[in-house]
Amino acid sequence: MSSVEERVKKIVVEQLGVKEDEVTMEASFVDDLGADSLDTVELVMALEEEFKTEIPDEEAEKITTVQQAVNYVNASSE
Amino acid sequence: MESLSGQTALVTGASRGIGQAIALELGRQGATVLGTATAEAGVEAINATLREHAIDGRGYVLDVGQAESVNQLAGQLQADGHTPTILVNNAGITRDNLLMRMGDEEWLSVIETNLNSVYRLSKLVIRGMMKARAGRIINIASVVGLSGNAGQSNYAAAKAGMIGFTKSLAREVGPRGITVNAVAPGFIQTDMTDGLGDEQREALLGQTALGRLGQVEEIAGAVAFLAGPAASYITGETLNVNGGLYMA
Repeated sequence: MSSVEERVKKIVVEQLGVKEDEVTMEASFVDDLGADSLDTVELVMALEEEFKTEIPDEEAEKITTVQQAVNYVNASSE
Repeated sequence: MESLSGQTALVTGASRGIGQAIALELGRQGATVLGTATAEAGVEAINATLREHAIDGRGYVLDVGQAESVNQLAGQLQADGHTPTILVNNAGITRDNLLMRMGDEEWLSVIETNLNSVYRLSKLVIRGMMKARAGRIINIASVVGLSGNAGQSNYAAAKAGMIGFTKSLAREVGPRGITVNAVAPGFIQTDMTDGLGDEQREALLGQTALGRLGQVEEIAGAVAFLAGPAASYITGETLNVNGGLYMA
């Protein structure tokens, strides 16, 4: 089983159509990876499916970087 | 012509009238058809019609006005492995009355069944369409939503709401290759319009350029066009199919 970090990065690469090396932990989905509002909603939906969790809107808004997504998944699976 | 082969069409209110004609036309063009009806008898009618015309698909029980019923349908579709690529929001009711005499139930039931249903069903299919980067949503509005009609403030509000919804969603999901359009039928011969009085009928026909009622197949043809490859660059549009009763 790959780590949470690897799984999140894989989803970001797939959803945003960006190169793997662009997806650093600090990369912002909107500012660095060119995501629009529809992309971010889809990204959250993909994270929900991958990690079998429901991310409430107010939490989803705070997930703007790869690191924040990883943190959210780790916190919610504890 | 099998321009819709490989597609799966979800058509609400498919047991009779315009919905039945739409289901048949989409099926004739090669789509798998999932039709809904409020009661088991309607579902059996859908199954019988599809079988008779050798169309792949089946009927489902659905009350579009009930969130719980829509959730159940979502579960059933998933269990049966169906992901709609075409949604036709057709189910609708009328509860005509002058506003001064209209009760809450008449207002709310029309909004619930004709407008809130469009929100619910569109949400049901949109995730699959987003993933597929393709999809067609076609909302059956009404000429009344554009022209207005005395005694139908509830129905006209719901149908006009549907048109605004169509335009907004078209903008939202356009970047994902999904088109959202409406068809606004005029005076079509169905059980719904059979309920009109002779005087009302004469008045409406007098205003219709073609001087006759429309047939359900004439609506189905417009829907099939919007669902098919020929309409790939049309979105956010309301197609009037009304014999010239109203010209936007």
